[in-house]
Amino acid sequence: MILYELFSFDFLRVVWWILLGVLLIGFALTDGFDMGVGALLPFVGKTDSERRVAINTIGPVWEGNQVWFILGGGAIFAAWPPLYAVSFSGFYLAMFLVLAALILRPVGFKYRSKRESAAWRNGWDWALFVGGAVPALVFGVAVGNVLQGVPFELNDMLMPLYPGNFIMKLLGLLNPYALLAGVVSLSMLLMHGAAWLTLKTEGPVQERARAIGSVAGMVAFITYILAGIWLAFGIKGYQITSVVPADGPSNPLFSTVEHSGSWMQAYADRPWIAIAPILGLAGIALATMGLRAGREVSTLLWSKLGIFGVISSVGLTMFPFILPSSKQPDASLTVWDSSSSHQTLFVMLVCALIFMPIILAYTAWVYKVLWGKVTVEDVERDSHSVY
Amino acid sequence: MDFGIVELSRLQFAMTAMYHFLFVPLTLGLSIIVAIMETVYVMTNRPIWRQMTKFWATLFGINFVLGVATGITMEFQFGMNWSYYSHYVGDIFGAPLAIEGLMAFFMEATFVGLMFFGWEKLSPVKHLVVTWLVAIGSNFSALWILIANGWMQNPVGSEFNPLTMRMEMTSFFDVVFNPVAQAKFVHTVSAGYVTAAVFVLGVSSWYMLKGRHFELARRSIAVAASFGLASALSVVILGDESGYETTHNQKMKLAAMEAMWDTEPAPASFTLFGIPDQEARETKYAIHIPWVMGLIGTRSLTDQIEGINELVKGSEERIRNGIVAYDDLLKIREAKGDVAPEVKAQFEENVGDLGYAYLLKRYVDDPRNATDAQIKMAADDTVPTVWPIFWSFRLMVALGFSFIALMVYFFVIANWKGMQYPRWALRMAVIVIPAPWIAAELGWFTAEFGRQPWTVDGVLPTALSVSHLSVGDLLVTLAGFVAFYTVLFIIEMGLMIKYIKKGPYQDVEVTQEWQTRHENRLAGRKNDPIVTMPAE
Repeated sequence: MILYELFSFDFLRVVWWILLGVLLIGFALTDGFDMGVGALLPFVGKTDSERRVAINTIGPVWEGNQVWFILGGGAIFAAWPPLYAVSFSGFYLAMFLVLAALILRPVGFKYRSKRESAAWRNGWDWALFVGGAVPALVFGVAVGNVLQGVPFELNDMLMPLYPGNFIMKLLGLLNPYALLAGVVSLSMLLMHGAAWLTLKTEGPVQERARAIGSVAGMVAFITYILAGIWLAFGIKGYQITSVVPADGPSNPLFSTVEHSGSWMQAYADRPWIAIAPILGLAGIALATMGLRAGREVSTLLWSKLGIFGVISSVGLTMFPFILPSSKQPDASLTVWDSSSSHQTLFVMLVCALIFMPIILAYTAWVYKVLWGKVTVEDVERDSHSVY
Repeated sequence: MDFGIVELSRLQFAMTAMYHFLFVPLTLGLSIIVAIMETVYVMTNRPIWRQMTKFWATLFGINFVLGVATGITMEFQFGMNWSYYSHYVGDIFGAPLAIEGLMAFFMEATFVGLMFFGWEKLSPVKHLVVTWLVAIGSNFSALWILIANGWMQNPVGSEFNPLTMRMEMTSFFDVVFNPVAQAKFVHTVSAGYVTAAVFVLGVSSWYMLKGRHFELARRSIAVAASFGLASALSVVILGDESGYETTHNQKMKLAAMEAMWDTEPAPASFTLFGIPDQEARETKYAIHIPWVMGLIGTRSLTDQIEGINELVKGSEERIRNGIVAYDDLLKIREAKGDVAPEVKAQFEENVGDLGYAYLLKRYVDDPRNATDAQIKMAADDTVPTVWPIFWSFRLMVALGFSFIALMVYFFVIANWKGMQYPRWALRMAVIVIPAPWIAAELGWFTAEFGRQPWTVDGVLPTALSVSHLSVGDLLVTLAGFVAFYTVLFIIEMGLMIKYIKKGPYQDVEVTQEWQTRHENRLAGRKNDPIVTMPAE
């Protein structure tokens, strides 16, 4: 027997679909508060010292957090190559925006403190704002587009094509539903960043973070409900209309797909998935209340729960679809026809099982070492070894 | 097929990759040098070594951050600009990238925060462990990236699946232990170590010339010269290994590096100098050294190295086989795999040359309709432009040997001549600071330009690998990268120079004060009196 046949192909596909979710959620839970803090930075800190406090709450950890994203990209490449190929090139200019923002961020963290000049520092503060707010918005916009279907085609060599003018394609991404989804993700990550600052700071920075964060939480709560209602009544879903073997070859063109019905059918077929949006709403509500009441540890945990619920609700609603095509529905990518080969999925699972526990262990250790509040006195006393 | 897109995508990839590799070699080497210095500090407890560690770590940090930031671009770009490549080989190529994240990048990025922020939160030994983990993480990162790159040069452990229209992994073991990848890994990290050694040597020499920070500079030179000597030797030896692997796996690249148009009787001579003429297929004004090429390339006196003209004839043959495979492929896909065994057998026999049929896509939509003239043109396309490869390779090798000379000189004086460096030598060390970067970029250029016209050697042509974007898309991002990267480069260089001019920010007294404070904090579990050695 060959080793990789220990697990069936369809089982590995579902496992990697779950792991894809774990990585995206891991990214949103960790780097999510970094982006939130970046976007809040110009508003929670009025003086240089206050801004340095905010920056230094995430200073030692943003780099590790960002790897969730890089790993997410790598895992999509390895486990879902067609998804990687179609989405990264299909969202070309949007991806470039995210990329530029993500490059600005590390550079901003590292270089801001290297000169005293107020103009230099103020400039980097806005770079950090862009580096936090733009990806937070764009990720939501992307999800909003995925739910409606993305206009890509696959030719008979499975080469992804995107007909149309490039400016119009970019503007096409900015449709009303996608923008609403963008507001959900931006406000949710602002809330998360505020929850982090509540835990890690005190005094005026904390107060401002709590004030902005509780508004953001309410916005997230309302827009998430609106997006759900819109999805139920205003957006067509996708259905597989042919028999697709769950362990068949990864060729999207072997199945037929119809762009009809409603995504909400999933809740009739699998009622248990309703738990995801419920957790999402409960988490956001409790985090918002926690921000208002000034609770620290529990607020961050509720905020994490909310993000977990919101992101998993999207995945569970779409299952087995990963990236539907509005232009050529048959080309839609699903869990059953866009994964890597049986052997690659197995090898990658073994690697993930070995390394994920190690990663979680040392990440936890680093957070433990850095536990405690960052204060204005801290950053003013030590201007050399902190940002 | 739109060739504007192919050229623009190549330009963008080459530009962003070479830019990324301005920061990577210094990260690879400096992380280890800093870890070595901190090890000495923890073992001897001398404050000067702590000061050195912190000083070089500051420069490491300025450089590291741009390496990380521009590395994200690289990962994104496969999907953004090379989507057919990503689809076609993602099953194999994606795995090492993901494992890099899991095994190396997470470690390096998680601990680098503590490395800078943890000085007062961790005991000296714990902090040292953190610094080493950053260094090891960086180097492991390089390992997995080069496994991925090695597979592009020598695609082992995989086969084509006609139903999914892509290459799929058959042996993970073969992919990881690909001899090309292993030789490349050690060659590349050694090049990084040399880069960092030359950098530390140069900056320290500048301090000596200026009469500043003498204690820091002379110790740094000693570390850099020893570390640099070992690395410079390793670069050349492993570079030779890399060349030897190329003999077996990428004959065309080797022939192009040597501008060897015709097969010579073994052992072939090495062309020291010459002006390759692509049109006439000859090398003008060539100076040959007999036997050397045969010995390096084959390590034998009898094995032949094939010349470009013979290899082109071979390509023509393979294109014709590839057309047969292409025809069978369409039949198999049409019937979803349900075809007569003869078709399957014929396909299996020729599938290794399928990539060669794709070369025809440049001239004709359906390779089966290609004329003899088109097949001939496609075969000629398998020859990369020779002169840039010929020259960048020679320049790289010359620089490699000069680093050995530099390191030997400083090593000898550091160990046996009482560190009495003459001023001309110090000046020389300052001047050569950029040289290892030049050598490293030339090395990448030789390897990747020499791989053309393929992204994956013999499997997938570059022209087919790109995303079907519009020229407008490419121009926007290309302009964006140029503007953005130029600004970042100016800021980076400005900060580097500022912090080098500033020197170590703490004087020895401050360091000692810190040391006392730090050890008092640890005194709870230490009863023996605190010993702080005076810094000379």
